[in-house]
Amino acid sequence: MFFLKKRRILLGFEQHPRLNEFTFSLSRILKNPLSLIGLSLIFVFLMIALFAPLIAVPEKPEEPFRIPHEGYSVVPKPPEPGHPFGTTTKQYDIFYGVIWGTRTAFRIGLMVVGSILVIGIAVGSISGYFGGIIDEIIMRITDIFMALPLLILAMAIVTALGRSLDNIMKSLIIVGWPIYARTVRGSILTIREEDFVRAAQAQGAGTFRVIFKHVLPNAIYPVLILASLDIGAMVLTAAALSFLGLGAQEGYADWGQMVSLARNYIVGPQGQPFLYWYVVTIPGLFILFFVLGWNLLGDALRDIFDPRLRRK
Amino acid sequence: MPVQEMQSAESVLEIDKLKVNFYTYEGVVKAIDEISFALEDGDTLGIVGETGCGKSVTVLSILRLILPPGRIESGCILYGTKDACIDLAQKNDEFMRSIRGNDISMIFQEAGNALNPVLSIGDQVRESFLLHQQQELCKSVLKRLSQKGDRQSGYRRFLSWRYQRKLRRAAGNGLKDRRYGRLLKIEAMRWSVDLLRNLGIPNPDELVKRYPHELSGGMQQRVVISMALACNPAVLIADEPTSNLDVTIQAQILQLLEELKKRYHSSILFITHDLGVVSEVSDKVIVLYAGTVVEFAEVRELFKKPLHPYTRALLHSVPSLGSKKRLESIGGNVPNLINPPSGCRFHPRCPHVMDICKKQKPDLYRGMGNSDKSHLAACFLYQQEGAA
Repeated sequence: MFFLKKRRILLGFEQHPRLNEFTFSLSRILKNPLSLIGLSLIFVFLMIALFAPLIAVPEKPEEPFRIPHEGYSVVPKPPEPGHPFGTTTKQYDIFYGVIWGTRTAFRIGLMVVGSILVIGIAVGSISGYFGGIIDEIIMRITDIFMALPLLILAMAIVTALGRSLDNIMKSLIIVGWPIYARTVRGSILTIREEDFVRAAQAQGAGTFRVIFKHVLPNAIYPVLILASLDIGAMVLTAAALSFLGLGAQEGYADWGQMVSLARNYIVGPQGQPFLYWYVVTIPGLFILFFVLGWNLLGDALRDIFDPRLRRK
Repeated sequence: MPVQEMQSAESVLEIDKLKVNFYTYEGVVKAIDEISFALEDGDTLGIVGETGCGKSVTVLSILRLILPPGRIESGCILYGTKDACIDLAQKNDEFMRSIRGNDISMIFQEAGNALNPVLSIGDQVRESFLLHQQQELCKSVLKRLSQKGDRQSGYRRFLSWRYQRKLRRAAGNGLKDRRYGRLLKIEAMRWSVDLLRNLGIPNPDELVKRYPHELSGGMQQRVVISMALACNPAVLIADEPTSNLDVTIQAQILQLLEELKKRYHSSILFITHDLGVVSEVSDKVIVLYAGTVVEFAEVRELFKKPLHPYTRALLHSVPSLGSKKRLESIGGNVPNLINPPSGCRFHPRCPHVMDICKKQKPDLYRGMGNSDKSHLAACFLYQQEGAA
């Protein structure tokens, strides 16, 4: 931040209050053990995703998400030099798969939740702020979505669009936005009636200024918490859909797809149930820690960014 | 017409036969029924009435902030001097936005609710400047940039160029939201600190970084007042600014308003249900009952010689120190405004009720044997004496 400081000295302006707030938030996150665990988990995964080409060098750089495999033997092989986590059915390398699968997980989580947030906040604030017939129409549409079970609806949409990871993401976006729109609308309805909204209007602020500066910042916390928790949940749902055989093609680096691939070897032969433990446990643990990390972080963010709890 | 009598040459705000209805499921609530009054330049006009008589609705309709299902049915809201006066009831929302906060501003009832909990005090105070004084802010930024040091660095030249462009745009259509730029915001923050200091708030540099919940009720009210005064409005509407403060703070706030009125040459429309406060601050008083004006008078005149039966009853029901008389209450209930009583809206509770009261709505009549033109009551008791 030295350049900020320099400019400040040059022009003689004081430190920006937002910078103050940011340092305060950061210190709060670093003091809470749970959020620290969450944050470090996410950080580790982020590093794995960033340095995937160095950790697991792709054989074909033009399609790095394709897991390399040697031979077509269906029986998994335990960890050995060259294959640190062993190989799964058809000799796909588990290590390579989970490392590159981290990128896929981030892509799914962030893109799905990001799009859901944008759609949900936009639709929800229009619905809540303007009310009336617009509200009525939008809310009935969300009712239709919410009347169907999330997973079944997502499955139906993926089946209709065709089997692929991109279609899983699309279907999750279609299925996920109504809850966000509902949440945003609900909090906007209560904020809209507050005196300070009236006061902002009396100061001469326009509709969009009122929505974005006065109403949304008050209404957005529940939905942001929901979002940070949902990044994990969406990855989990995507993995479930992949497991059901709706995801990427065989051999694509995706955790759900890898578990799905090893379906027949979850339980070993008679007398040795844990013989092939590595085929499910390792991708499973990656999914577990990824989701756990986001959940812990989400919890911590709620405590830190809610101004009513913030300085307690 | 009585309306003309109430006006004088230098009135800044005139309400003429304003009518506001609320369309609810149970029926049409006739909240305001043809109210007329005028606010004179440099005056403080008190509006008194019990809860639900339409005080707040009146002032919100002046700012055109009545939300659906409410609607202004008819009437004029004339703002400005005689020669250059505009009817706010006819203007569109964009024009109203330039009026709100700049020419007419409002102090809200509960300061704690009128401040946004997630924005710092400085953020909220400077918003008035950012919305209405963009040109002045730009000029001030440019001046500051040219003052700093003798050496003109490239970065500073770039900044000057940028803010000159902003100044041109502000002079045209006005800057759009989020196009203010950092320096403009910092400048506005500086102005806010000055403003708060001028209002006698201790330690304003510290205060602008705080959030509303960290302040006391009196302090919050001062901040709200400063927000309303930021752009030096011609008309200041104070909607029960002291209603939930304790008496010492109340006195301070009232004194502050009095000083500010003199310093900024504003006119104040002061709403309250507290007769004590009204006698303290206002020059003239309007008494509202169930959405109608029942009496208009100089403040001393009103307390000395109330004309309308409702005003009399109201004054009788206020405890006075040292008197051992039992307090009287007004018989009956406040009428339901969906089905207001015919004729005079006070007639079912009036001790002097006559036949005509039930049929016809009274105009404002001059008081009994009173040479003073500015004491009017909406009651048929005074019809003969002061035919208007």
